[in-house]
Amino acid sequence: MKFSIYRYNPETDKKPYMQEFDLEVPEGSDMMLLDAMLLLKDQDATLSFRRSCREGVCGSDGMSINGKNGLACITPLSSLKTPIVVRPLPGLPVVRDLVVDMTQFYKQYEKIKPYLITNDEPPAKERLQSPEERAKLDGLYECILCACCSTSCPSFWWNPDKFVGPSGLLQAYRFLIDSRDTETDERLADLDDAYSVFRCRGIMNCVDVCPKGLNPTQAIGHIRSMLLKRGV
Amino acid sequence: MVATVTSLGRSGLHDWIIQRLSAVIMLAYTLYLTYFVISTGDVTAAAWQALFATTFMKVFSLLALGSIVMHAWIGLWIVSTDYMPKLAIRMAFQAFVIIMCLALMIWGIQILWSI
Ligand code: SF4
Ligand code: SF4
Ligand code: FES
Repeated sequence: MKFSIYRYNPETDKKPYMQEFDLEVPEGSDMMLLDAMLLLKDQDATLSFRRSCREGVCGSDGMSINGKNGLACITPLSSLKTPIVVRPLPGLPVVRDLVVDMTQFYKQYEKIKPYLITNDEPPAKERLQSPEERAKLDGLYECILCACCSTSCPSFWWNPDKFVGPSGLLQAYRFLIDSRDTETDERLADLDDAYSVFRCRGIMNCVDVCPKGLNPTQAIGHIRSMLLKRGV
Repeated sequence: MVATVTSLGRSGLHDWIIQRLSAVIMLAYTLYLTYFVISTGDVTAAAWQALFATTFMKVFSLLALGSIVMHAWIGLWIVSTDYMPKLAIRMAFQAFVIIMCLALMIWGIQILWSI
């Protein structure tokens, strides 16, 4: 099986290049791309990429696979056309090969205050939530921050310092809709500028690539309705 | 919160609402003009003049013109902040758009006034 993998070591390479690999894949085996890449790393130990859980839970191995962002560890080789072209997530600075600098992505995440804020008296035991209130967090809390969505979003490419991006906005909505959070109005006020939310043009690249099957566009729509309700 | 100075509205929501509202007005205006042209058959200069002489049409035209100007300002401002990373180019472009928008508005008022 043929592979074409993006290589770049800023210390020694003047510019990035694609390296061709060939791998014997035993008949009938359906390994994941990550397994194949670990075998390629045996061929060339300098090949660098991140991974940890190897089961789609940690969000470390987001990369561009045949032009579409995804997690290598849950992408079966059988689902890919050869040669398999692997590149780093687009739009972020490359540290080395497939390892990108995620600072910008995390900064946006930090901006939306990804934690519960409550100003009322703490209850004696715990803050209760009805099953219905809890159900509202489904489809939001599952995000693993793999950045596949934000780095496939043109609005995030152009303004990564100003547009929160699909992942951050999905998380923003997760806290806006949480019945235990009392900071809803301040959170909305923070988002009501020309960039943070409104740079979303509804292209839905984010929905297309999310390996967890989440829908950031829908969450962004909900935030927009909340802003509308608050401002009109 | 990201601060912006050259955007038209005060907030993202503000721009968003203006963008949608102005689109509806422009659509209504286009449909009305199309209806006029089709139903009149022979559009003479006199018929055209008579149409724009009514207060209704003057107000409607001004509204449509205002909508075009605001719509263009917001839209082009967004395009410039997406695709013109160079500050000097972005500023020059935005200044050009804003001046053109204001000039068009004044020119339009002046034309409608003279009918
Ligand atoms: S729907 Fe919005 S957030 Fe998602 S990719 Fe498109 S512009 Fe980006
Ligand atoms: S929304 Fe999906 S694609 Fe985006 S960071 Fe979360 S899990 Fe990854
Ligand atoms: S290695 Fe953890 S998500 Fe792929």
